[in-house]
Order: sequence, then C-alpha cells, then structure tokens
Amino acid sequence: MKPMRIFAVARKEFLHIFRDPRSLAMAIAIPMLLLVLFGYALTLDVDDVPIAVWDRDATPASRDFISRFSASPYFTIVRHVDGYEKARHCIDSGEALAFLVIPEDFSETASTGQEIPVQFIVDGSDSNTATIAMGYADTVAATWSRRVMMELEQRLAGKSSSLPVDMRPRVWFNPDMESKNYIIPGLIAVIMMVIAALLTSLTVAREWERGTMEQLISTPVKGPELILGKFLPYFVIGMFDVFLAVLMGEYMFHVPLRGSAALLFFMAAIFLAGALSVGMLISIVTKSQLLASQLAMVVTFLPSFLLSGFMYAIANMPRPIQVMTHLVPARYFVALLKGIYLKGIGLEILFVEAGLLAVFGIVVVLLANVKFKKKLV
Amino acid sequence: MMQPAIASENLSKSFGPVAAVDGLTLSVDHGEIFGLVGPDGAGKTTTMRLLTSIMDPDSGQARVCGRDTVSEAEAVKERIGYMSQRFGLYPDLSVMENMEFYADIYGVPRKGRAEKIERLLSFSNLTPFKKRHAGNLSGGMKQKLGLACALIHTPEVLFLDEPTNGVDPASRRDFWRILYQLLKEKVTIFVSTAYLDEAERCNRIGLMHEGRLMALGTPGQVKKLMRGSIVEVRAARPRQAKEILKKSLPDAEVGLFGDRVHVVTDTPENTEAETIRILSKAGVEVSGARLIEPSLEDVFVSVLGKDGGRRE
Repeated sequence: MKPMRIFAVARKEFLHIFRDPRSLAMAIAIPMLLLVLFGYALTLDVDDVPIAVWDRDATPASRDFISRFSASPYFTIVRHVDGYEKARHCIDSGEALAFLVIPEDFSETASTGQEIPVQFIVDGSDSNTATIAMGYADTVAATWSRRVMMELEQRLAGKSSSLPVDMRPRVWFNPDMESKNYIIPGLIAVIMMVIAALLTSLTVAREWERGTMEQLISTPVKGPELILGKFLPYFVIGMFDVFLAVLMGEYMFHVPLRGSAALLFFMAAIFLAGALSVGMLISIVTKSQLLASQLAMVVTFLPSFLLSGFMYAIANMPRPIQVMTHLVPARYFVALLKGIYLKGIGLEILFVEAGLLAVFGIVVVLLANVKFKKKLV
Repeated sequence: MMQPAIASENLSKSFGPVAAVDGLTLSVDHGEIFGLVGPDGAGKTTTMRLLTSIMDPDSGQARVCGRDTVSEAEAVKERIGYMSQRFGLYPDLSVMENMEFYADIYGVPRKGRAEKIERLLSFSNLTPFKKRHAGNLSGGMKQKLGLACALIHTPEVLFLDEPTNGVDPASRRDFWRILYQLLKEKVTIFVSTAYLDEAERCNRIGLMHEGRLMALGTPGQVKKLMRGSIVEVRAARPRQAKEILKKSLPDAEVGLFGDRVHVVTDTPENTEAETIRILSKAGVEVSGARLIEPSLEDVFVSVLGKDGGRRE
C-alpha cells in the first residue's frame, strides 16, 4: 500500500464530490433534513387525545369528574354532545378519538359509595393510541375515585384510611418519558446507515459506467489502495454528518447527552466504516449506479428501521426475527447510542456491542477487497 | 538476446459462442510501432485488453516487457501505458488534476515531476488548457490528454486503442506527429486503428478480422500478399460501371473505391483494354483505366472479401 496512491484517489474523490452539487447535497443536506423530518414527525407520545363528552347527569359532581379529564395533559375535550349518534359522528370523522358517557345517576350513586358505571368508548383503529388512552382514562378515574372514597370514609367514620399498596414509580434515564429522547439517538444510527451506504454505493459503479475504471485498472494501483482512497473522503463527510446530528440533538431537540462525547464519536467512526463499506461492496458487485443505489437503500433502510430496536423493542419480536436482528449493524449502534446518550454508560458495559460493530466493519471491508477485481470479464 | 517488447502465443478469448480473439500469435520488437488494423468487431479492443493485463485470456499466453500478462499482471502494468478507446479520464477534473492524479498513481517521484508534466503538456499543445476541465476539451485534445497521462511514467510500451477514432483530420495528423516523436525516444507503440492511412505509417501491421490475424508484416509486405494486380477505372458513372464490370468479368474482383472502380485481375495487360471496351459498349463514358499499386485498402477488402466468401 503506497500512501501516495491512496491520497491521490482520496483527493480525486473529494474533487468529484465538491464539483457535483447533487452529491454534496445528498451527503450533507439530506441527513439533516431526515433528522428534522423524522425527529418532529416520529413521536410516539400520546397526549392531547381529543375526546367527546356526553354528560347525562349535569351535576357539580359529574362536572368535577369531567374537569379531571380536561385538566389532564393527555386529554382535550373537543365537544360536548347529547346522544350516541352525535358521538359516533365525532369518532367517525376523526374529530374525537374517544367518547366519555356520564350516566344520569352519577352524583346520586357517588354519594352512596356504590360503583358508578362510566362508559369510555375508544376508536380502536389505532390500537396503540387506543391502549394508551385507555390507560390514561383509567388513571384519571382511579385518582378521582380514590379521593371521593376517602372523603366519604372521613365523613362516615371520622377518620381517613390509606390504600394497602401505594406504588411510587420513578423513571430513570428518561424521567419525562419523552419519546424523542430515545428516538433521536436511534434516528442518528438509521440515517447514518442509509446515507453512508448510499454515498459509497455510487463511487465504484460510476467509474465502471463512465469507462474511467478501464483506464484505472491498467495502472499498478492496488485494489485496497483504491478502496481505501475512495473510502476516506466519505468517511470525513460521514463524521461531519454525525457531528451535525449530535449538535442538532443537543440544540434542536434537547436530547441529553449524558455519556462521553468522545466515546460517541469513536463508536460512530466504527459504525460509519462498516456502513460505508456496505455501500462500497454493493457498488463493486453491481457495477451499476442505479442498481447499487437501490440495493443500498433496500439493504440498509428497512432492516435499520425495523430490526435495530430503534422503534420496536427487539425483546418483543418473535424469536427467529430476534436472531435476524443480530445481522443488522444498526442494532448495535442504536444500543450504543441509547446507552451513551441516555444512560451515560461507557465501554465497560457496551463492549459487546462495540466489539460486534467492529467485527461487522472488518468483515465487510475484507469482502469488498476480495470482491474487487482489477479485471474486465 | 533481448526479449521482444510484446510476444503472444495462441492468445484466445471468447464471449459465449463468439471468439473475440482466436489464436493470436504475434511479436513486436522494442522501438517499433505496430498497427493492429481491422474493422469494428474484429477483436482489436479485446486484444488490447488481453495484452494490457486488464482481461485474462481463455487460453494461450502473452508476455509484455518480458512479463507474463496473467501471472505478472502488476509488473506489466507498471511498464506500460494504456489509452482505452473510450475516454478514460475524469471530465470533472482539470487537465492538470488528471495529470497529477496519474502521476501519483504511477508513483512518479515528486522531484522533477513538474518539469515532466510541463514537457508533456507542451509536447501535446495542452499548456494553455491546464486549468480546463477535461470534459470541456475537444475530441482531439481529449485524446492528447489521454496520451499525456499514459506517458507520465515513461512507459516502455504504449498501447493505444483507436486513439484517433472520431477525431478531426488535423488533430489526427497532430497526434501521429507526437507518436513519431515518441518513437525517437525508444517507446514501443502498439496502436489499433480502423484507418488504413494510419496503418501505412506503422513499421509493421497485423490485419485482424473476426478475432484472427489475416496478415502480418510491414505495410509493403502485406500489400504483396495480395494476389493479382489492380486496374483502376475512372468512369463517369462509377456505380453503374462497377455493376457492368462485375457481370462481364466473372473471374475478377470488382469493387468501388470512392469514385473509382478497382478491378483485381491476374492478367492486368488485357484487363486495361477490356474494361474500356466493355464500358464503352455499354455506353458508359470512361476517362481512363490504368494499372496501380495496391493500397492497404485493396488488400483489406481483398482479404476480408475472400474470407467473407469462405465463411458464407
């Protein structure tokens, strides 16, 4: 390996990128755009669930109960209705996701201490939101009930009692339970994987298509020199992207970075090396820019998005799929990023993920070198 | 005893059922300019690729600069310069950047490199265009840049695959002037061309057709390979004259060369008079018929014609 040749290839590749505004835009602007787009759009938090209310009792007690819903950050009362037909219309049109019905004898039953049936109808077409909304509704109702019960007991027995178990949950790492805090780190991993593979997927194929490769392979340049030289500029750009993404996470999305920034960039470098090599390998094998870019997209985007644990917990997947996720490099990087970002842990805990990421990178780099032939067929 | 610059033996390469190069055996000496001549699809480019070690043959072997093109491919590549038929440089890089890139790739020492590049640029009249992007050069200038890049490391053997294809006549002449200068510097040149006037300028030529070498030797020797003599007929309506002569002289080969008709015959003395007689009788005005030296084109058409006939 001659450094002179590696740098010659790297320099040439840099010139290609900087003289082609489209490739520069793809390298810098698109990852940022994706981060903004997904960062804002991809929120798994359920709040302000719009509900319609039918208060058939219309007493101070029922109004007090309803006010617990309107006061909660999780619900917004969009409409008061009088009848199932109207409520149904609200849900059909999507104006409301749930419908609360207070029975006529609400305050009467409440004063006797008996159980009051309150109906809560939820739009189940989005089952995830429906489940969460039901949980919120349960909590609101339970809190209200407990207070009413305690008041009742105090009035009757003259003393207050407490419940047998008083659970005090406390959330670590993400106390506000904001989904962006774990989505943004995962998103950085997914976007880097896709962009890195896309960038390099064109580089070797372009030379074959333009006919410049025939000239190049007639020279004594060695395969590894060519691959490393082509790799370097994209690596620099990729690391710059990571840097921008981390800055955006910090200042735009306010995701706390609790761990070591140095470790974060070190791991990003290893991940990037593997992701860039995937694109390079695809480019070498296909020799066609169109095919290579499409293949790079398919091979990286879906697995990274679905199987990395970025959005869907790997532990909840069926066993065979869980095994498959081990082949998705983004899986390790997502785990690393979440660990460093939210838990602030270091290599002493993350060494397995870090090691596997390195193994992945090495395997792909070797494969790319083996697959590159300085011959026409 | 010095080894030849290029020596191939029974070199063959097929693509599926098509034999692109079929049992090619030739040898080129140091300091020689060898022309590989043939029509499109004759196998010239494949031959180039086999000899430059960028493609492996199915069978046979070749040595370039004394190195085997398969087992010592890298050693071959260090000693040769190659210019592919398709423009192989980077259009978005300037003339200078392309030169610098190939200088680095070939490991040309930094010391003395600037002077070398300057010399190559002035040699190919590219000095005023140093900063121009290669993609914006004219066809002729592109070819000269390709040549300059292929010469950056002072190769022993230079392979040029149809370097003047699609280049205007003035640039072609210019290009050949440069090649002759290179010969003075003892560079061996292996050039392929479909232009016969260029073939005439080579020390030796090989006529290639359908993957096989049909003739090999100096242009003079190759011309002598032609049986019979040529009578050139100048007639007012050459196309019609050709048809008439073809019918009247079944033993002779009759072909149209520009506005003249060439009649290949074993009995030139009789033919001269006979063609005039036949054409006059048919009412075609003849301004002359004379015996001429065969050109390479005649040989080419004759060789390919015979071969084509045999294959059909």
